[in-house]
Amino acid sequence: MSEHIITANNLRDGRVVYLTRDEGWSNNPDKAWVAATPEEVARLSGMAGLAAAANVVVGAELIPVIKEAGHVRPARNRELIRALGPTVRTDLGNQAV
Amino acid sequence: MYAYDAYDHALVRERVNEFRGQVKRRLSGDLTEEEFRPLRLMNGLYLQLHAYMLRVAIPYGTLSSKQLTTLAHIARVYDKGYGHFTTRQNLQYNWPKLEDAPDILAELAAVEMHAIQTSGNTIRNVTADHFAGAAADEVEDPRPWAELIRQWSTLHPEFSFLPRKFKIAVTASPHDRAAVRFHDIGLILYNDPEKGRGFEVIAGGGMGRTPFVGPTIRKYLQPEHLLSYLEAILRIYNEWGRRDNIYKARIKILVHEFGMDKFRHAVEEEWQRIKDGPLQFAAEEEVRIREHFSPPAFEDVALSSEQDEKAMAENPDFAAWVKANIHPHKARGYAIATISLKPHGGIPGDATADQMETVADLGKLYSFDEIRVTHEQNLVLPHVRKADLFALWTILSHHGLASANAGLLTDIIACPGLDYCSLANARSIPLAQKIAARFDDLKRLHHIGPLKIKISGCINACGHHHAGHIGILGVDKKGEERYQLMLGGSGAEDATIGQITGPGFDEEGIVDAVETVVNTYLHRRSEGEEFLTAYRRLGPGPFKEALYGAR
Repeated sequence: MSEHIITANNLRDGRVVYLTRDEGWSNNPDKAWVAATPEEVARLSGMAGLAAAANVVVGAELIPVIKEAGHVRPARNRELIRALGPTVRTDLGNQAV
Repeated sequence: MYAYDAYDHALVRERVNEFRGQVKRRLSGDLTEEEFRPLRLMNGLYLQLHAYMLRVAIPYGTLSSKQLTTLAHIARVYDKGYGHFTTRQNLQYNWPKLEDAPDILAELAAVEMHAIQTSGNTIRNVTADHFAGAAADEVEDPRPWAELIRQWSTLHPEFSFLPRKFKIAVTASPHDRAAVRFHDIGLILYNDPEKGRGFEVIAGGGMGRTPFVGPTIRKYLQPEHLLSYLEAILRIYNEWGRRDNIYKARIKILVHEFGMDKFRHAVEEEWQRIKDGPLQFAAEEEVRIREHFSPPAFEDVALSSEQDEKAMAENPDFAAWVKANIHPHKARGYAIATISLKPHGGIPGDATADQMETVADLGKLYSFDEIRVTHEQNLVLPHVRKADLFALWTILSHHGLASANAGLLTDIIACPGLDYCSLANARSIPLAQKIAARFDDLKRLHHIGPLKIKISGCINACGHHHAGHIGILGVDKKGEERYQLMLGGSGAEDATIGQITGPGFDEEGIVDAVETVVNTYLHRRSEGEEFLTAYRRLGPGPFKEALYGAR
């Protein structure tokens, strides 16, 4: 099974975030909690549901990732752009942080 | 300009207060996202790839300087210092915070603006010819009719939950600048030699995954029956439009499946029942609304002066701008100036807060306080004295707003695509930038002549690719961005859906393909023949051969 992380948007400001191992949210996928087994994925999904219910984030979903040179990179193009920000405005989004 | 009456003011302010309460309850957890989502969408607040997005309605694309200044202020204070003008004559902010949304709406309400019905399955913001009230070729200013439709359709209780969204466009010119045949309903006001002023009514046009050039449902409609006829169309659509499949829910599918004869019969039957009811409006009502759109106090000024001729001779860049960006005005000595939002390396439709303020100031100084937004993602100063054009151009040049490319190849429409939009499959903006860079030579652009390139990042066709002389559709093929090329489309009075040339291209390949198409046209065109005319004469054959080789 490929590795997965949970992504969502902050409720208040809409920013793209990732569920971290300490059960918080970070805008850096490198800090995301990476699930490699079906059991871990199920656990992550449950925690994302709780976070949504607690009004911290919206639209939580599981996305596949690739580990590359010590970094966690979303596998799909759409999620890669989401992780960074608009490719035509590199001064905006998480890439600008 | 239309000015809100007490009822309009109260309605918009109440809506802001209502939304403020809803946001508060969402943030406190009293409303779940599932409960809140339809409420925020009713107020134009989407959740996109990177953040929330607020879509602000600009009714029939008309703005005052004060309104545009407020849009700039909002961009600066609540967003990231810019806004994006869309192919629906709206403005989108890409980074607002949920907690700021009520304050933004309050700022808009203070200048008679809102985001109501910029989302959802309702009658959306009414669009119109962006040269309305100024164009030399129009029968009359169509905006009073657009305003009447706005008032009728705003919060219309019967049409708040249609099978799908519904878009109406109005023009009063034989040259269609509003793409009326690609709307759910298109209206063309004209003078019939025997019956007098009336509307040709078109129903069932649209783009998206199943494009249709809208057929005419009624060749002539007396203006006083406009609203009852629209209501009859909407009622039949609301009753019979499909709700089982989102991809078949637009009116174009209903008209296609019924056939126009059956659809027209149903509409006419309903219309006969209601046409003499309360929706028929008196001449005084038209006069009342039309007063808001009274022409400015044009001066009787000279057609041109020696000074203008000298300025053009001494400034080739100014002369090129006049050639491409200036259109004939109905008043002697005046011109319509298009401000291109397609600068070299820029993002089609984006304007910074500073640029918006500059245009707002110029609108006040040179255009009777009026600015227009075009569906081609540009701005317009509709009423500029010809004698002021050089001064206007000089100021625009200092603010990066004097691109002399209106209607030319680099005046590209592009949807936000996968750089911003959660529905997109591929990016549009970088493609527009690469094509623009490839053709970054003003002489070459003017040599090529009028050519409309339109790019969409998904099948929903916000970038109007079906109507592009050269249309490009981005798709996702096994995780890779690919681009389909289509040729021969038009959104004008000769509305046509473009034809796909063949297999798609990758990002570099599509830029080469566009150049191949343009070179083929240049090689094969007759003297003075524009791209679309040449394509229609030649057919797709020579272009396909140049693109894919003889097969």
